[in-house]
Amino acid sequence: MSTGHVLLGLLSRGQRHGYELKREHDERFPAARPLAFGQVYTTLERLHRQGLVEPVAVHRVDGPDRTVYEVTDTGRTEIHAWLRNIETPAPHVSNPLSTKVTIALLVGDAAAAADYLRRQRRAHLERMRYYTRVKTDGGSSLHEVLAADYALSHLDADLSWMETASQRVHALEKEIGT
Amino acid sequence: MNRTSTTQPTPSHLGPDSSMLRARSLVVSYGRTAALRGVTLEVRRGEILAVTGPSGSGKSTLLLTLAGILVPDAGEVHFGERCITAENESSRSRLRRKQFGVLFQFGQLVPELTAEENVALPLLLSGRRRGVAITAATTWLDRFGVADLAKVRPPEMSGGQAQRVAVARAMVTEPEVLFADEPTGALDTLAGEQVMTQLVRVAREADTTVVLVTHDARIAAYGDREVVVRDGVLPDPIPADEASVSGREEGRS
Ligand SMILES: Nc1ncnc2c1ncn2[C@@H]1O[C@H](COP(=O)(O)OP(=O)(O)O)[C@@H](O)[C@H]1O
Ligand SMILES: [Mg+2]
Repeated sequence: MSTGHVLLGLLSRGQRHGYELKREHDERFPAARPLAFGQVYTTLERLHRQGLVEPVAVHRVDGPDRTVYEVTDTGRTEIHAWLRNIETPAPHVSNPLSTKVTIALLVGDAAAAADYLRRQRRAHLERMRYYTRVKTDGGSSLHEVLAADYALSHLDADLSWMETASQRVHALEKEIGT
Repeated sequence: MNRTSTTQPTPSHLGPDSSMLRARSLVVSYGRTAALRGVTLEVRRGEILAVTGPSGSGKSTLLLTLAGILVPDAGEVHFGERCITAENESSRSRLRRKQFGVLFQFGQLVPELTAEENVALPLLLSGRRRGVAITAATTWLDRFGVADLAKVRPPEMSGGQAQRVAVARAMVTEPEVLFADEPTGALDTLAGEQVMTQLVRVAREADTTVVLVTHDARIAAYGDREVVVRDGVLPDPIPADEASVSGREEGRS
């Protein structure tokens, strides 16, 4: 996902300077990596070169100068075009879970694979409890709930793969054991 | 807000590791099918324990045995000081009426009765006066956000509404343990979420211990702890010290 489009989206709610954008980003996307200031400024400059945002004022506080940006009409068109584009479904994401199980089986250790899968399941479920609490806590905002739903669905998909893997490994263990 | 702390306070007079239910070496067979093949398990006071596992692994059988509905072929179930597997049917039936609540996938409401009559039913059956029972029913319907359905009959309710009425009925006797078998199994995601959110909130408020059977990890995530049933056995517990290391990797990628 492009940081540029995320900043454009945040800016479409009104003029902001880089620092505000960073703060708002980190708050609205708690599961994402916090944005670095440098990244915010280089992205804003790029968006400006592309004619998608426009500096409208410079605030001088005791700290550094803060340039306030707003979205241009081109920027607005761009954000809507981006929203209409689907993301490429990625069935082959780099998956450390699957790699670990494969390696365990390669070294001929079905018991180690089974054990790893059980530990991993517990860690996943612990994480799912966290996101479930985010949702059941009365104080969560809609964007926090949506992010939690998304995380839960993905963890659940991992677990579903792990369940099938466990059953396959279990069958293999039985085969080896007899 | 501290979302990471999951442990429920234990009443001080009970000590830190007080258990509500203890099952030892449970064996249950249906004819030639061995459903439980030696299950040992402890349910702690006040916890919400998720029992998961693939379909046919023995989850429902375990729930029925813990709840004293099914008598095992071998093994024991202890409820506090009592060994309920050694008790006769009438004594277990009294226990189920007074101290246990049971909830199934389809709430099994009586279709001819209104929501408040359905919820009042367990109290009426244990001899409470109608006025008292209906007042309690109204309170419990309100706790599950379905007070406006008091005069509505089950056929006119959505699946989610009916299940919330069913939870209210399971809780109206203020049981010490609630046994729930796939309580959201027939509901879509959002209706299931609503049932679970309220069930968990009310159980915490009432300090009710919950045994929650589900095949769905997203439902299990409402619990404090999970045990997985596989082929009628529970695998040995994983040492706790090593388990919580992961889950902190997020954001580093
Ligand atoms: N009343 C019954 N009669 C015969 N077999 C049963 C009965 N109930 C369950 N079983 C069998 O016992 C095993 C465990 O079933 P169950 O406890 O319902 O599993 P789960 O709830 O995990 O799906 C399964 O093989 C199932 O087919
Ligand atoms: Mg079942």
